Amino acid sequence: MDEFTWRVGGPQGGGIETAATLFARAVAKGGWWVATKREYHSNIMGRHSYLDVRLSRKPVQAFREKVDFLVALDGETLVRHLEEVRPGGVLLYDPRVLDLTVHKLPMLDHRVAEDLSRRLGRLDPSLKEVLQVYVEAGVQPLPYPFEEVADRIGAGLGVPSLQARRTLNTIAVAASLRLLGFPLEPLAEALALQFRGKVLELNRQVAEAVYREEVPKLPFSLHLNGWGPGRVYLTGAQAAALGKLAGGLRFQTYYPISPATDESTYLEAHTAFQGADVAVVQTEDEIAAVTMAVGAALTGAKAATATSGPGFSLMAEGMGFAGMIEAPLVVTLYQRGGPSTGLPTRTEQGDLMFALRGGHGEYPRLVLASGDIQDAFLDAQKALAWAWRYQTVVVHLLDKFLASMAQSLPKEALRVLSLDGEKRVSPRAEGFGPYHRYAPSEDGISPFVPLGTPGGFYWMTSDEHDLEGHITEDPVLREMQMEKRMQKLLTARKEIPLEDQYTLYRDGEVLVLGWGTVKGTLLEALESLPGVGYLHLRLLWPFPEIAHLLEGKRLVTVEHNYSGQLADLVQQETLKRVHHRVVKYNGRPITLDEAVEALLAVRSGQAPERLVLRKGV
Amino acid sequence: MLELKLADYKAEKQPDWCPGCGDYGILSALQMALFELRKDPSQTVVFSGIGCSAKTPHYLNVYGVHTLHGRVLPVAQGAKLANPHLTVVAVGGDGDGLGIGAGHFVAAGRRNVDMLYILYDNEVYGLTKGQAGPTLGLGEKTKSLPKPNPQGRINPLLLAFAAGYTWIARGYAYDVKGLKELIKEGIQHPGLAFLHVLQPCPTYNDLHTKEWFAPRLYRLQEEGYDPLVPEGLTPEELDRKMAQFQEKAVEWGERIPTGVFWKAQLPTFEERLKAYLPRYPEVYPALGQREPLDLEGLLQEFAL
Repeated sequence: MDEFTWRVGGPQGGGIETAATLFARAVAKGGWWVATKREYHSNIMGRHSYLDVRLSRKPVQAFREKVDFLVALDGETLVRHLEEVRPGGVLLYDPRVLDLTVHKLPMLDHRVAEDLSRRLGRLDPSLKEVLQVYVEAGVQPLPYPFEEVADRIGAGLGVPSLQARRTLNTIAVAASLRLLGFPLEPLAEALALQFRGKVLELNRQVAEAVYREEVPKLPFSLHLNGWGPGRVYLTGAQAAALGKLAGGLRFQTYYPISPATDESTYLEAHTAFQGADVAVVQTEDEIAAVTMAVGAALTGAKAATATSGPGFSLMAEGMGFAGMIEAPLVVTLYQRGGPSTGLPTRTEQGDLMFALRGGHGEYPRLVLASGDIQDAFLDAQKALAWAWRYQTVVVHLLDKFLASMAQSLPKEALRVLSLDGEKRVSPRAEGFGPYHRYAPSEDGISPFVPLGTPGGFYWMTSDEHDLEGHITEDPVLREMQMEKRMQKLLTARKEIPLEDQYTLYRDGEVLVLGWGTVKGTLLEALESLPGVGYLHLRLLWPFPEIAHLLEGKRLVTVEHNYSGQLADLVQQETLKRVHHRVVKYNGRPITLDEAVEALLAVRSGQAPERLVLRKGV
Repeated sequence: MLELKLADYKAEKQPDWCPGCGDYGILSALQMALFELRKDPSQTVVFSGIGCSAKTPHYLNVYGVHTLHGRVLPVAQGAKLANPHLTVVAVGGDGDGLGIGAGHFVAAGRRNVDMLYILYDNEVYGLTKGQAGPTLGLGEKTKSLPKPNPQGRINPLLLAFAAGYTWIARGYAYDVKGLKELIKEGIQHPGLAFLHVLQPCPTYNDLHTKEWFAPRLYRLQEEGYDPLVPEGLTPEELDRKMAQFQEKAVEWGERIPTGVFWKAQLPTFEERLKAYLPRYPEVYPALGQREPLDLEGLLQEFAL
């Protein structure tokens, strides 16, 4: 096998996160490249959640529609993932759940129960019948009494049942790996990364016990894939946080919101590391988060805030303020399903237009989007550098899919960039005057003096202002300041290297345009789509000059939103028609298989103008 | 720093307030306070919200930041935390601080960042022509209102107290000397100081004019009121202090107290930050990144 997907599903808070991390680390220890995706409800515990670990012989960041191996820790998983295991794949389930019926699953959406009732022609189908559907689809069911095994192993080790059952995650992973014929040693090493002390010892003994049990032989197996030292395994939110640190972040504000909070809490937890002593402030709301960051930035501290859609809506006001007074500010926006509260824990790319345009009036802002975990790390550095170079707002777009996805990378992928170019007046003992904060300059950038710089003072205001920073409504000064501010966009587009603006991964008669987290999926899809090219946009505003690349191509956009916001933007900025819009807005990321199927249809000329992708659980 | 004169704190810019506006008195008191405390203008920042009062920074020769309507406190706190060596004064009107900015007003009390917030209270939204402010009483009708105010008044002192402000005082815009002393004390108080300033609006508020205020105002400290809340009070002693505060904070009508109502000691937010930033405030965000990042160390938890 060159690739493999293992899925674990169960109730939230039941340790399936731990299980997936353990599985991913174990196979990564065994030399495989891994990527993990998380799907969870906006809920603390009890509701359904699942994770996919996809492993491959080469670096991986896309996910399959159907998995090879499903571990169902509860009955609900069995029901929800009915179509999700490939023929020939394996279902590991607890036989105790077969006594349940669909209506006995309290957290199951009615829609799922009703669909199943219709399909099986029974008002309240039993899980035995559900299992039969798996069998008919060619899936091999393997009953595995997780709790019984825990109790049995626990008894052998002299451990009470309650304690033994806390190792269910380890049992699920160990049983999976044992069935796949994968050696125990990498799992033991992964356990050592996860646990400490007595807990580690217990989990190790449990894993060993599972490996001593007889298991049926599967038609496929998982071997070691050599060993690649120097790899790291981290999430997009962690990569973005690390990137901010690498970019010199000193001050971060946030109001709790899914899925953005992980970044800020990571920063809060790591201030003891050299150079990472960032002041992190949890504010009363996102209005305070953005304006407090602006206040910090004015003193010369590299400052940022992180949020998701609802919080970003509140930040529109503060971002305009930063744009007007020319404060350097980074807003990291983790998009999630909107509008309103929307789908708090599901992915979407629905905020592109809002990121570009949200707020009243016009001011220069830069918008960049990360496609994967390495991008998140590098882009966070660029965002900070650009905010300071252009003394304005930079919106760094990520999404829930990327925030919670984890991936193994070579450590070298996380390199610290040397970016500078700040225009600052250096403090002098005799003072920095005569100084005009908003002095005109050809590139639109006026030298900056942080508040508290000795030897002088100046003013700034959110009103339109004169060179000194005093309020004015004079039409000539208004034009001068407006033009000075907006000039920064032209300067940025000229100065930012093309490789930071977009990447033409491959040219083709059919040219796919994408932004953000469709990147990994599309790049892998392209491997089986000769003749199809891919242009990945990194900088969304100022919009790169790409019209010449689109000449004579059949253009198709792929993105996670309803209307095809990138398509609109491309048409507006290049005057080229986008022939097909592939969109998905059910909150689940586009799978590799969906992307291939959609692009095959486009290439064959059979596709409609609008293709909606609807897969996912 | 050269020896500065009082006039050096006055900017060239001429205020555009109405004749007789209380803002003039507050501006003078602030200038005098900064001068008497010998504040270095390059280490002093006055932040303001939006409204008539919020134009204050433009008339002062110190760093001045005229922010957004209602957002002065978060901007000011961000600056102060990023550079704790700054002297920070935030100013704004009653609509700014207790209407649109009420959430920030409350949250700031929970933090106790070391700065002074001066609330100019004229009970109306002056710059938009006299709509009812959050401190105008229920049923009151200024000449600028077509109908009596259908919404009730917030008591700024009680709200500040409930939120946790550690220094709470009230001044009067036309008592410039008294106000100056309160501003000085508020700036010097270690923690978040709240100064409520009663301020006639001669253009829109014909109810609470200087003629109305003059016979009613008195100074708490002249009647032996002690605002100090020493550390180590018994719960009973603290109850008495709070009762005394409340009695004076709600007093309104025939007699209106000014002066310092509450003066307590609590760790500032800067001190609380030390719990996870051990080198703060010696090493503070405005200094930038002083040492290279230990990326290698940070990556260890992710190593496979």
